[in-house]
Amino acid sequence: MSFVFNEVHETQFQDLLPRYPHPKALVLPCLWMVQYQEGYISSDAIMYIANRLDIPQAHLYSVATFYTMFNLEPIAKYHIQVCKTLSCELCGKADIISCIEDELGIKVNESNELFKLTEVECLGACGSAPMLAMNEEYHENLTPEKTRVLLQRLSQ
Amino acid sequence: MITKLVSKNFEIENSHTLKVAKKNGAYKSIDEAFKKPAYVIETEIENSGLRGKGGGGAPAGAKWCLVSRAQEMDSLAAASYLVVNADESEPGTFKDRQILEFDPHLLLEGMILTCYAIGAHEAYIYIRGEYKFFAERLNEAISEAYQDGILGDTVKGFDYRVDITVHRGAGAYICGEKSALIESLEGNRGHPRLKPHRPSPEYYFNKPTLVNNVETIATVPFIVNNGADAYRAYGTEKSPGTLLFGLSGHINNPGIYEMAFGESMQTFIDTIGGGVKGGKKLKAVIPGGASTPVLSAEEVKVARLDYESMQSLGSALGTGGMIIMDEDTCMVTALKNLLSFYHHESCGQCTPCREGTAWVDGIIANILHKKADKGDIELLSDIAKTMNGKTICVFAPAVAMVIDGFILRFREEFEAYIEKSMGEAHV
Repeated sequence: MSFVFNEVHETQFQDLLPRYPHPKALVLPCLWMVQYQEGYISSDAIMYIANRLDIPQAHLYSVATFYTMFNLEPIAKYHIQVCKTLSCELCGKADIISCIEDELGIKVNESNELFKLTEVECLGACGSAPMLAMNEEYHENLTPEKTRVLLQRLSQ
Repeated sequence: MITKLVSKNFEIENSHTLKVAKKNGAYKSIDEAFKKPAYVIETEIENSGLRGKGGGGAPAGAKWCLVSRAQEMDSLAAASYLVVNADESEPGTFKDRQILEFDPHLLLEGMILTCYAIGAHEAYIYIRGEYKFFAERLNEAISEAYQDGILGDTVKGFDYRVDITVHRGAGAYICGEKSALIESLEGNRGHPRLKPHRPSPEYYFNKPTLVNNVETIATVPFIVNNGADAYRAYGTEKSPGTLLFGLSGHINNPGIYEMAFGESMQTFIDTIGGGVKGGKKLKAVIPGGASTPVLSAEEVKVARLDYESMQSLGSALGTGGMIIMDEDTCMVTALKNLLSFYHHESCGQCTPCREGTAWVDGIIANILHKKADKGDIELLSDIAKTMNGKTICVFAPAVAMVIDGFILRFREEFEAYIEKSMGEAHV
């Protein structure tokens, strides 16, 4: 089945178009809309965006693969991204990781039916380290206890 | 020590809403400023000595002039743009998000004034993809401002149009580099552009463009309201004004604190920071985001928080986001952490950076995994030398400075670690 924007995203697209000097500028916003609509970016959607913006599909692939937040394959419902950069590491990132690993029975870069666990670079929450992003929601000033409560709530 | 110019409204309840912001004086500066010619703001900013607060510390006034001059020189470049850099990704830096969360209208006010000063009608806020909450907050503030007639075809009833659009990135540290940011904003991979041999503005779709950090633009309303001298009253002669300094790592009171430039780093850590966590001794501080060379505890004692003092210590003030490390921190592990970061974030455009970051990351990993070689320190320095100054942007030179900084100040610890690593491997 081929991809088309749903109504909300079509309106968003029309709103954004006159705000930029060139349609090409809409590459990132369009890829975001696709990801929100489908959960990932399919090759159907790439073709659709390429037609809408009148740019080559190859260009869209080159962009989609450059940015770490775009998924080109379906992904677990909850993507746990634990910040691993210096401030978080100094403040106990390792405890958070092992707590998640124990709780879910998966290691870093593994998934189960509900969760995927990855370590990511600095998320800009150094003052409230350690932290993780659950999909797009920040959870800061973590302790293993708080992490466990969060995972249990989402598992239900 | 605390001086609140930009952060004055942070603690007020619901400070992010237009109603509260207006009660605290938001958008007032526009009434006066828009009655005067545009160059008045530009001159005021130039006289204030405002320096870019995204890490580089370049004079903002001079940067603004480049945009107006490019417009004058090239009649084809009739349009110009303002782009606000909210791609805050430097490890240890978390200041811009405070402005976005607690006072988005201050940023919008600064943007409107800046647009007027440089003759721009379209402005973009490029915000890192991970900051979804903050992007939403900005969008709420922007739609409030549109409804109130502050943004749109007639800013507060004046015959001047300003449109602001929030543009989300999608996870790439390098997009904080201004030319990579512009590339990303044009819908491309975030690859930095070659720099011209003389001062020049950025070009967004071939039109002269000003790129400034969130905090820089958020400082503009204070200067326009109170004048250049009021801003110069704070800080030092060469580093006037204030900065949102950050504390993270092994510290009792992590957070963001606005202070004038020139304060003592040690006093800041001991008083406002509440000292090192667990009463331990200080070992090292990374002074302004991961890309600034680390300082030893001895250097911290004499360090003052302004651009010139930090430079004289062989480091840089950067973004002012300090990472504190206590006496138990292993410097080899700390360097490994940073080098993995750079390895992951190198955009891959220039060979010395793409390959170099992978090599140094691998060498440090070897040291940590008992596979060290005797000449590893020399090899690290050698690769750092090869990376420095041979690439399009300053990413690789920053990595080189980070490596040199760690080795220069903690050489003995590295040597001991390597010795131990080699010894254990032979057992």
